[in-house]
Amino acid sequence: MKFTIFLAALAGLMAAPVMAQNQDLGEPLAEGGEVADVAIDGGELDDDGPLRGTVTDESDWSDIGIAIPAFATNRNRTTAANVDGTEALGSEIARVITANLRNNGLFKPVGPDSLPQPNFQQIKAPAFGTWGGRGAEMLVHGYVVAQDDGTLVVGCYLYDVALQDELIREGYEVRPADWRRAAHKCSDLVYSRLTGESPFFDSRIAYIAETGPKDKRVKRLAVMDSDGANHRFLTLGSATALTPRYSPDYKKLMYLSYVDGNPRIYVYDIGSGKQTLVTENSNPTLAPRWSPDGRSVLYSMAVAGNTDIYRVPVTGGRSIRLTNTPGIDIGGSYSPDGSKIVFESDRSGSQQCYVMDADGSNQKRISFSGGRCATPEWSPRGDQIAFTRIAGDFNVAVMSPNGRGMRVLTRGWQDEAPTWAPNGRIIQFFRTTRNSGRSGLWQVDLTGDNERRLPTPVDASDPAWGPIRD
Amino acid sequence: MNSMKATMLLVASATALAACAKKPPEELPPAPITSPTPAPIDNTPRQSGPIVGSQDHFAGAVGSSTVIYFDTDRFNIDSSDAAALQAQAQYFAQYPQLTFTVEGHADERGTREYNLALGERRANAAKNYLVSLGVGANRIRTVSYGKERPVALASNQAAWAQNRRAASIIIN
Repeated sequence: MKFTIFLAALAGLMAAPVMAQNQDLGEPLAEGGEVADVAIDGGELDDDGPLRGTVTDESDWSDIGIAIPAFATNRNRTTAANVDGTEALGSEIARVITANLRNNGLFKPVGPDSLPQPNFQQIKAPAFGTWGGRGAEMLVHGYVVAQDDGTLVVGCYLYDVALQDELIREGYEVRPADWRRAAHKCSDLVYSRLTGESPFFDSRIAYIAETGPKDKRVKRLAVMDSDGANHRFLTLGSATALTPRYSPDYKKLMYLSYVDGNPRIYVYDIGSGKQTLVTENSNPTLAPRWSPDGRSVLYSMAVAGNTDIYRVPVTGGRSIRLTNTPGIDIGGSYSPDGSKIVFESDRSGSQQCYVMDADGSNQKRISFSGGRCATPEWSPRGDQIAFTRIAGDFNVAVMSPNGRGMRVLTRGWQDEAPTWAPNGRIIQFFRTTRNSGRSGLWQVDLTGDNERRLPTPVDASDPAWGPIRD
Repeated sequence: MNSMKATMLLVASATALAACAKKPPEELPPAPITSPTPAPIDNTPRQSGPIVGSQDHFAGAVGSSTVIYFDTDRFNIDSSDAAALQAQAQYFAQYPQLTFTVEGHADERGTREYNLALGERRANAAKNYLVSLGVGANRIRTVSYGKERPVALASNQAAWAQNRRAASIIIN
């Protein structure tokens, strides 16, 4: 690591500007592994559809008792995923699933540490009497098998205990390093089957890690899984990094860096660990955003102090200016179908939210609910826009794309920059503490009732939730 | 507050000077290299203070006028800003070899991205005013730090007023 830093510094001294812009970068991430769906055995399946309606209704879904005992293994083999072998890994997988379902306030799961451990045969033929006696309504069973080439096959089963019926099952083949993805896929399977909602656990979050005193904050680009695991710093901290955004395929990140002394948007390639400017221009570029298909990006650029929104193909080329007012027009978030963009402008005299067609035409203000409207983000479902509502304090609020039905979801002193879970059911944001300037990542559901802090190794801001992984 | 800062700066530099006078250098300076050519005669008066081209020299000449302050969400140059920028323009007319950066800043009561754009506006407002006073545009670099680099750390009106600023910083 030290050697790499030294090399990077040396390369910087030797000075091609392209190398200079890579100066603050750490080691590249290993290329993400894949999860292959595999067919697994079980009994007859009859699909009755999801058991529940929407999770944001006043429903009692959170009272469903779910037992998640350790995943079984056919024989305890050594695996790179766990020093104690596949048996211990089976317990770990069940713990990850339990934490996912509990931390998001979705259910009241009971994990492997307080449950009996089923054997391998019981995974496909559960001892329903045992689980019914424990008051469990739902039962998650699973197994983990290490294959001769080292890859893991993880089976995931959901049973209705009262009906003694299998509801759904899936199998995943993963490299040992990606065992958590199998646990997240299984969490998503259970969540989706029980709520009827789209999955979201198998996703990643980019954010800014913050350390140091308020007037000398070190701000580094960092990434992690949706539950905070697999945490990595991508920049070293010598240059301030801000406002990251994952590309829809997770292969690139856009973010703002002061690495050349000026605020500039870079497109960072995760596989190669290299980055390029979003546009070759001497003006400051801000607020990077991806189009839903990942082919083009929005950035905001200040020319002689006047900021407007531009679109450019991610591969480079000619930028097209989408806004043209004397005020600050900044940000932008596409509707899921890519046809419209919600953005922020102070052309009326204060920050408000506007919608335009993707080509920049038909710009119309949508926020009229009092206060200011900043950092609007279109839900992946298309039905809501989340934004920072500034009315004295900063709060996270949502409204319909036509601006109606505004609801304030959080009540912190300064809650800023909402980002949607891939299924549009949970909003993540950062909360700053008055005076100290300390900040952390928080999540809230659409009812505003379930709020929790997402643990990070150091202070955190600017979360950007990526889509569900393939 | 500004005059207090200037006073603190003076005290700090006086302390630094005192410290320099008292403390012997840890290493002796290298022996002077004997040169066959006679040393040119130095006609410039000995400077006892900071040298031209340093931020201290600039601050010593214009006092608290190195920084101008803005109202919430505003970027207009008011009369006190104009007076400060006039002092800066006089200084830069006197030292035409100097280039400098105008840093635009915002208080913490705005969202991060908007504040970056707002700081850019403020830096450019200061730059444009200096240019109108005859300072060459090519001598002025601008950069916005938004709300990322506050000078006053509390979360109250007084601190925010200190942080809504455009600060001129000597480059060379």
